[in-house]
Amino acid sequence: MADPLLQIEGLWRRFDVSKPWLNRVIEREKPQLLTAVADVSFDIARGETFALVGESGSGKSTIARMIVGLLGASEGRIRFDGKDMTEMAPSDLRALRRRFQMIFQDPFASLNPRWRVGDIIAEPMRTFGLATGAEAATEVARLLETVGLSARDAEKFPHEFSGGQRQRIAIARALSSKPEFIVCDEPTSALDVSVQAQILNLMRDLQDEFGLTYLFISHDLSVVRHMASRIGVLYLGRLVEVADAKALFRAPCHPYTRMLLDAVPDLALSGRRRKPVSGEIPNPISPPAGCAFHPRCPAMTEACKQAIPAPRPTATGMAACIRLDMAETAAR
Amino acid sequence: MTEPLLSVRDLRVEFPNRRGTLTALDGISFDIAPGEVLGMVGESGAGKSLTGAAIIGLLEPPGRIAGGEIRLKGQRIDTLSPEQMRRIRGKRIGMVFQDPLTSLNPLYTVAQQLVETIRTHMPLSEVDARKRAIALLDRVGIPAAARRIDDYPHHFSGGMRQRVVIALALCAEPELVIADEPTTALDVSVQAQIIDLIKEICAERGAAVMLITHDMGVIAETADRVAVLYAGRLAEIGPVRDVILDAAHPYTRGLMGSIPTLTQESDRLVQIPGAMPRLSSIPTGCAFNPRCPEAFDRCRTERPVPLDRPGGRQVACWLAAKESAHG
Ligand SMILES: Nc1ncnc2c1ncn2[C@@H]1O[C@H](COP(=O)(O)OP(=O)(O)OP(=O)(O)O)[C@@H](O)[C@H]1O
Ligand SMILES: Nc1ncnc2c1ncn2[C@@H]1O[C@H](COP(=O)(O)OP(=O)(O)OP(=O)(O)O)[C@@H](O)[C@H]1O
Ligand code: SF4
Ligand code: SF4
Ligand SMILES: [Mg+2]
Ligand SMILES: [Mg+2]
Repeated sequence: MADPLLQIEGLWRRFDVSKPWLNRVIEREKPQLLTAVADVSFDIARGETFALVGESGSGKSTIARMIVGLLGASEGRIRFDGKDMTEMAPSDLRALRRRFQMIFQDPFASLNPRWRVGDIIAEPMRTFGLATGAEAATEVARLLETVGLSARDAEKFPHEFSGGQRQRIAIARALSSKPEFIVCDEPTSALDVSVQAQILNLMRDLQDEFGLTYLFISHDLSVVRHMASRIGVLYLGRLVEVADAKALFRAPCHPYTRMLLDAVPDLALSGRRRKPVSGEIPNPISPPAGCAFHPRCPAMTEACKQAIPAPRPTATGMAACIRLDMAETAAR
Repeated sequence: MTEPLLSVRDLRVEFPNRRGTLTALDGISFDIAPGEVLGMVGESGAGKSLTGAAIIGLLEPPGRIAGGEIRLKGQRIDTLSPEQMRRIRGKRIGMVFQDPLTSLNPLYTVAQQLVETIRTHMPLSEVDARKRAIALLDRVGIPAAARRIDDYPHHFSGGMRQRVVIALALCAEPELVIADEPTTALDVSVQAQIIDLIKEICAERGAAVMLITHDMGVIAETADRVAVLYAGRLAEIGPVRDVILDAAHPYTRGLMGSIPTLTQESDRLVQIPGAMPRLSSIPTGCAFNPRCPEAFDRCRTERPVPLDRPGGRQVACWLAAKESAHG
């Protein structure tokens, strides 16, 4: 890749979901591990929007939280601008943290209700020693205007704002440490479509203005298509396909990607029939053997149950399926 | 139209409070024919759920119906006693809500809940009711229904729970099903299954559906007609194709343009400036006028009356009225 800003390599995250130790001993149960993220690798180039998609529980948020440091990785490397964050001294890590920020789904929960909006936005500036006092206040006013609010709003409290306005405040706060990289975890899922359009347009304008790089997480494929330049598709914690956005929507390679695309309701009323999908995501504690998608896959053969498919190169990325060419024919 | 199954006329719902009275629904009128799926869309707070709650008699006090009529097969139901209404709910009107856990009691097995509901509404023995319950679960796509029926709700995944709720809503063969955001909490893949299921079963039994959602894609695929609500008022109603592909109301046009699609290539989404007004400050004239790119003088003073247009459409907009008068 030309100029990767973020490089993820062999990332794993396991959660201990065992019952308490004593119950386990009494009931003679083994400890139980849930693998939320398994062997995930991808790069994000400077200035692009990389999207992660996948059904609920596929590991999108877990990856996001590991990247911004809210959660440790069980294994693997995360490199930011060439520097390995998993091996970095805490002080260096802190300096690096200024350069990336996160926006969450729920603008209600992510803003401290007892702080004034001005203090909420100024907080990253203060934490990283970028500005204080009058300088910070001027900067807050500028940021509020950048996201389409008014400088006067700095005096108000979060509860005085609507959901869309709160998400604007969250964006202003994320911008205040002058980051290069922003992780957006379902930034518009809690918003109405009209407000969603305002926020998505704003995010694109900010990207153009400040040259931002986004990791964009959403389960809404139409939104992802609108925002992303590259897309990674997750299934049960594993990356099953990575491709340029255009290519992925025009010609999905992995059967799971195709299934996801087929399930999107058709607004254009083109008469395209959705293919009903069979089955649901299996239990992540004991995923199916081999290719975890095999119980739902229309192209499945016996060989699919034997081993976890290795990634294979495709026109613009990769897909982890042993029957890439076959899968395409089977789906027609 | 044959005699409508459900007929709502000039429905008005109010919430009295210390400072006065909030009007949450104002002049809502629509019909649903037997076997028809009517979609109800609009932004958060537009009054979709409230419309459903008013129809099934589950408005939370102090909310109350302050005007209008609701008829089921010609019979007034908005004036019934709570006891009479309870008998209609479940029997003649089934309900499916967004969160399956609110409709299912976590303390009882699925079998207990289904059998009880069936026996409340149908003269069946315990054994026959259980047979019917298993058949229903089977019909909504629960694998190994005869075994799973004795599980508790939390043993099911979200999608499976919603299937159980649908089975519950359908168990007394209601004439009308009100589904309030039945798929919003579900993954797209499961969403598609549930929508197909609701459609199929209702078609099979000739039941009508009022499908409440803010997801236009779901409406496009499922509904025969669609009603667009804005600030507790009906902006537009008509056949789903016409409303989606050729919206007559500026609000509907804005709403449609603001939704990214899988097929259209565009850098910017259409943006409706501002946000929906609070109930306490609904603008005079057309409620949409401060956000409407087409607003003119009349819009700010006079509330648009819903006007009939060809093809069974109705639009409440002065601009649309002017256009159809000229054309
Ligand atoms: N702290 C935790 N302890 C145990 N399991 C966890 C924890 N956090 C996440 N998981 C599990 O890890 C898996 C991945 O979860 P994650 O939140 O990353 O999914 P997601 O793709 O973001 O889903 P959604 O679309 O629902 O937000 C799930 O099975 C989840 O239950
Ligand atoms: N108990 C109440 N007291 C006062 N206002 C209420 C009450 N219940 C609902 N409302 C108001 O009535 C309006 C309509 O609410 P309703 O729940 O019908 O919206 P909705 O269209 O279903 O929205 P959503 O998409 O968020 O579910 C909202 O403005 C809401 O604030
Ligand atoms: S490896 Fe087999 S089961 Fe998995 S996606 Fe490919 S064809 Fe389907
Ligand atoms: S009545 Fe006027 S303000 Fe209202 S939608 Fe029509 S043109 Fe716009
Ligand atoms: Mg998540
Ligand atoms: Mg609602």
